[in-house]
Amino acid sequence: MTQTTPDPVRRQRAQVKVRTLRTDRWWLAPLLTFLGLSSFLVYGVWAILDTSYFVDPYIAPFSSPCLATSCPEGARFLGWAPFGDWYTLPPGLLILGLPGGFRLTCYYYRKSYYRSFWLSPAACAVQEPHGKYTGETRFPLIVQNVHRYFFYFAILIGGVLTYDAILALIHKPIGLGTWILVLNAVLILGYTFGCHSCRHITAGRLNHFSRHPVRYRAWTFVSKLNARHQQLAWASMFSVMGADLYVRLVAKGIIAFPFA
Amino acid sequence: MSYKAKFKVWRGEGGEGKLEDFTIEVNEGEVVLDIIHRLQATQAPDLAVRWNCKAGKCGSCSMEINGKPRLGCMTRMSTFSEDETITVTPMRTFPVIKDLVTDVSYNYEKAREVPSFTPPEGVRPGEYRMQQVDVQRGQEFRKCIECFMCNNVCHVIRDHEENKPAFSGPRFFIRIAELDMHPYDVAPDRKETAQGEHGLGYCNITKCCTEVCPEHIKITDNAIIPMKERVVDTKYDPLVWLGNKIFKRSK
Ligand code: SF4
Ligand code: SF4
Ligand code: FES
Ligand code: FES
Repeated sequence: MTQTTPDPVRRQRAQVKVRTLRTDRWWLAPLLTFLGLSSFLVYGVWAILDTSYFVDPYIAPFSSPCLATSCPEGARFLGWAPFGDWYTLPPGLLILGLPGGFRLTCYYYRKSYYRSFWLSPAACAVQEPHGKYTGETRFPLIVQNVHRYFFYFAILIGGVLTYDAILALIHKPIGLGTWILVLNAVLILGYTFGCHSCRHITAGRLNHFSRHPVRYRAWTFVSKLNARHQQLAWASMFSVMGADLYVRLVAKGIIAFPFA
Repeated sequence: MSYKAKFKVWRGEGGEGKLEDFTIEVNEGEVVLDIIHRLQATQAPDLAVRWNCKAGKCGSCSMEINGKPRLGCMTRMSTFSEDETITVTPMRTFPVIKDLVTDVSYNYEKAREVPSFTPPEGVRPGEYRMQQVDVQRGQEFRKCIECFMCNNVCHVIRDHEENKPAFSGPRFFIRIAELDMHPYDVAPDRKETAQGEHGLGYCNITKCCTEVCPEHIKITDNAIIPMKERVVDTKYDPLVWLGNKIFKRSK
């Protein structure tokens, strides 16, 4: 059996009085992450309040599905307006919580904002500035465990964005915006199905892959997306911002070339 | 093609110590551990360093090189420029015995707290029948060489000594995951103890363990997060959890 030193012998670590001895640019990645996530937040606030979210056949992803009577006819999801006319606030607010909560509790985004916003830790082997640390063991961070429920809703949102892209595709002539919406839908689906909770649900929770060949195949596929989860998180975040901005600029008439 | 490199090496006993400067010859193809050995042979005969295989397989030579946890025997000198000062310290999360040698007892104590593989009753060794796909997830974790650099870099204990009793560290999360995913393991409550005794919830999945693992085990993606999801199944399904809370409160 392994030998361990009985207490109380030497209990002191090597004393080095600097925060880190790293010599590389360890601060660069958290800085870029901080700027990237912040720009997304700032853009999101602006987009949610902006009212030019529809120009036939495009609907801006931040405002889709549009579920209120205040939405223009063609913008309503399946022609449907369950929220009626009492609702006069921007329609994007209605659904904001679902994709927002999905990304907020995503295992990758957690890593990125724990590192870049909370500096816990900013980078590996760089001392964190907090005196006390309990991680995700108690409220509020223990609530991160609801992630899989957001995943179920995220499938719906992914479905809606795919539907929007298909609507644009069957509209002739096909403009540049259509391809932007299609690309965005593909990236969003790639991000959504690469989710760790999805990986767990397909077959990660099983111990006998061989008894569940279909689920095992699904797990293998999800695992491939999952290995790219970080890249897909960024790609889909920028694509959703880009697609949203594009549709709004077309709707405002700022982008006005033929086939826009 | 040899040159003189500048080194700073932490020297001391039982925590007290300082970085000492050395200038020392480096030859083509050498690794940091070779230079430490040359220091021992020529300038500091009492410099303590732990090593064994020189092949990245025994996990003895863990140290911190320019602030990053690395295996001394696998860190090539050619990755540094010739005018760079290279700083070498012992692992910073465990108590120092002398110079670069730390006391890693913490890890062995935590290892003992993980109940060993428990096959179902009546199945004798030699009677296990498992498909490759059923054991392949665990095989990744068997590559571990117990260098303990993952536990060393983990901020939960690196920056918070007080968390040590409650937290077993990534090395043992892969052990627990390996057993929990094993088709023939029937030990009860591995998920509950992972969250309770072993402190899985302290991990905030910031992935430093994965970044430093010399065996490139995907510790966070393949062991910690799947275990967190398994714990959610049994413990934090929010509907069950909320129900329990309300129930307890109304009592
Ligand atoms: S991912 Fe978790 S276990 Fe690994 S170093 Fe980070 S906090 Fe520690
Ligand atoms: S998991 Fe990797 S870093 Fe951790 S002890 Fe094993 S080999 Fe070392
Ligand atoms: S969406 Fe990232 S882990 Fe679920
Ligand atoms: S001496 Fe064995 S791993 Fe370095």
